[in-house]
Amino acid sequence: MMRFVLSFVTLLAALPAWAEVNIKEMTTPGGINAWLVEEHSIPFVALELRFQGGTSLDPDGKEGLTGLMVGLLEEGAGDMDARSFAREAETLAASFSYNASDDTVGISARFLSENRDQAVALLRESLINPTFEQSAIDRVRRQVNSIIRSNQKDPRDIAGDAFAKLVYGDHPYGRPEFGTLESVANLTRDDIVAAHKAALTRERLYVSAVGDITEEELATLLDKLLLDLPEAGPDMPGAADINLPGGIEIVDYDTPQSVVIFGQPGIDRDDPDFFAAYLLNHILGGGSFESRLMNEVREKRGLTYGVYSYLVDKENAQLWLGSVASANSRVAEAISVIRAEWERIRDEGVTEEELADAKTYLTGAYPLRFDGNAPIANIAVNMQMEGLDTDYIANRNDMVNAVTLDDVNRVAREFLDPSKLTFVVVGKPEGLTSSIN
Amino acid sequence: MRRLIASAMFCLAAALPAVAKEQVSSFTLDNGMDVVVIEDHRAPVVVHMVWYRAGAADEKPGVSGVAHFLEHLLFKGTETMEPGEFSATVARNGGSDNAFTSYDYTAYFQRVAADRLDLMMQMESDRMVNLQLGEDDILTERDVIIEERNQRVENNPGALFREQMSAAQYLNHPYGIPIIGWQHEMRELGLEDALEYYQTYYAPNNAILIVAGDVTPDNVRDMAQKHYGKLPANPALPERARPQEPRQMAERRMVFRDARVAQPYVTRSYLAPERDSGSQEKAAALTLLAEILGGGSTSVLAEELQFETRQAVNTAAYYGDTSLDDSTFDLVVMPAPGVTLQEAEDAMDDVIAGFLETGVDPEQLDRIKMQMRASQIYGQDDVGRLANRYGRALTQGLTVEDVQAWPDILQAVTAEDIMAAAREILDRDKAVTGWLAAPEVTQ
Repeated sequence: MMRFVLSFVTLLAALPAWAEVNIKEMTTPGGINAWLVEEHSIPFVALELRFQGGTSLDPDGKEGLTGLMVGLLEEGAGDMDARSFAREAETLAASFSYNASDDTVGISARFLSENRDQAVALLRESLINPTFEQSAIDRVRRQVNSIIRSNQKDPRDIAGDAFAKLVYGDHPYGRPEFGTLESVANLTRDDIVAAHKAALTRERLYVSAVGDITEEELATLLDKLLLDLPEAGPDMPGAADINLPGGIEIVDYDTPQSVVIFGQPGIDRDDPDFFAAYLLNHILGGGSFESRLMNEVREKRGLTYGVYSYLVDKENAQLWLGSVASANSRVAEAISVIRAEWERIRDEGVTEEELADAKTYLTGAYPLRFDGNAPIANIAVNMQMEGLDTDYIANRNDMVNAVTLDDVNRVAREFLDPSKLTFVVVGKPEGLTSSIN
Repeated sequence: MRRLIASAMFCLAAALPAVAKEQVSSFTLDNGMDVVVIEDHRAPVVVHMVWYRAGAADEKPGVSGVAHFLEHLLFKGTETMEPGEFSATVARNGGSDNAFTSYDYTAYFQRVAADRLDLMMQMESDRMVNLQLGEDDILTERDVIIEERNQRVENNPGALFREQMSAAQYLNHPYGIPIIGWQHEMRELGLEDALEYYQTYYAPNNAILIVAGDVTPDNVRDMAQKHYGKLPANPALPERARPQEPRQMAERRMVFRDARVAQPYVTRSYLAPERDSGSQEKAAALTLLAEILGGGSTSVLAEELQFETRQAVNTAAYYGDTSLDDSTFDLVVMPAPGVTLQEAEDAMDDVIAGFLETGVDPEQLDRIKMQMRASQIYGQDDVGRLANRYGRALTQGLTVEDVQAWPDILQAVTAEDIMAAAREILDRDKAVTGWLAAPEVTQ
């Protein structure tokens, strides 16, 4: 009875109603482009600033520089030291978070309508006039060193660093996230001042705002906040040469569960086959409990708590990655099942039903992402960085639905390459030997 | 997650902003199932959750981890659903689902388009009473939770250390036993253990339905009546009376060493009272005390140890306000290079002693209260978090009225209240102090 009812519901399932997301594209009098969603029901604004470049701009030998600089933005600005800056932010109940990744520097801010001007003036000080006092540099450097030391003993971080080094070699993507103890020790205040000028520039800036603010108010706000940033920054690194030789690299580490990262070449977001690959990945290892990898490695064999695959599209590299963790005595079996699934989906393709299920999930889940000011601001700035138009939101599900079974299975044959599937294993895996090195 | 252990949430739960009261409504079905509805009509989305007033601390001795194990097994079949069909059906409707277990509760949730709510209730009410398990489900899924423990605990010396700290803190109360279970007991968990827990605790009169999003209370009431209202209450539901802690007679200390430790730290955990229904004032004072001592770079520990003496790279204070039984108030100091754990602990004790002398900085207290007021505004942006807040409260001895009163109670706390709570709680003889460190190198 229940089964009948359920399949009936599934057949009739119309797409969920659309979240109404009205994005205004605007340019301020000072020339700053931004996307705005006005949403006046809650008296605050979520603002996202994103600068292209990120830690990949660190000069050779100065790994960790941009990360340290970004960590210092809230540690003293204008005539405020770190503590008075923090006290000001608390008094206004504004929150600013500053982060660096290999391709971006990001600032996420939220502030109340009742003291918006003061909050933005405070944020401006941290972006335009950070002081980079020596005492703050030394204090934050100690925190960074503590993170680096911890990462060197965390099997997940060890795996991530080893994989990046193997795949990207000397490209900036191949460096540890926070630099090394040696490189961070040598960073000077002059380096940090230079990194500030290099990383926060107007030509590489993307902006979105969602919340209780009008277009006019936002234009004034952004010009005050951002016009004094330098216009241009240094050259960015070019495309990475990707080394994915296939096989296994073992990093010996004494811990009971082996941590594994694996990958093969990926696909560009602009590639006409991107959505076919996206659906294929969802079926292979993207869709949490329903994916083939999850079903074979976890549900049928109990070899892991979680196994996933995902497409990574960085500025200068595209990868098809995955991860799994399994007891040292069982990880060899987990890897062999993953390999077999990689081959099976390439050779046999996916079924009509799998594709239909993946489409229903992905198209149904998409509008659920737009469920708050902060998440919408984040999506809006990401869309700009990916070069998408505002009407992408309305068209995206049609592009997913337009993918055919032939498309997915052709992409599986053309793109999936088990001979390049490369595993980095951190632990004391039994029955595995390194084939790389 | 199926699934997720909420121990971090358990100790990090800090301020509790509520929302405008008209946004939240609640009622009880005839079979005793409580229902809370939180309206947010900005997007056609709904979060559907069922919380059970049963968690790891309600397990029998010897079967640690069975509450969490059962949570995994609820994704296996029922009389009318195949194993895995629950999540697959949610996914086919564009939704996502998961579950989590803590000491005092187990919760299941789906996030879907609002027009799929009826189907979610149909499936969730089905597995409340119709679970079908076979021996095969048990063995494979037990391997999965053992790998989950490997991932969360065995591979992480900090997690192993916290497990030992809790065991030392709670001599008699089951909060001393890990939610995921002790490894040796997890290996022996069987079908009968899981079914016994299920039959004892999974019933509408032990559950709370929370629906948050683009819904109206009337609509939810009709649907809940249709799906959950037909299930019979369990008249034999046991009372939640866990063994309580004896009087602590002496300071407890431990040193945990592991070669995988890169950043040593010292932590102290004091047994502390939790929020009780109608009596949340002391917990409110402790919530503010945690902010004052360790809530970010303007806190007392950070001021003294990170900015002034620079003996620490990081400091923190945590208080678990929401808990069925006695909670803890925790301090952490991570020493800077060259500072020993003994020096770090002595410095921490000096800061506490100094604070008990000088008292609360009124400006700091004002700033904290301002942020707590603002969090009521920011909190409206995320109804999922609001739903969690109500779920945690209602499974841990509080009422909807307590949740709604909490922001005002926090605002009413005075510096004197905070100092009285501090003097009562911050007693080393009623605490556990632990050092996490790398092995000693012999010269």
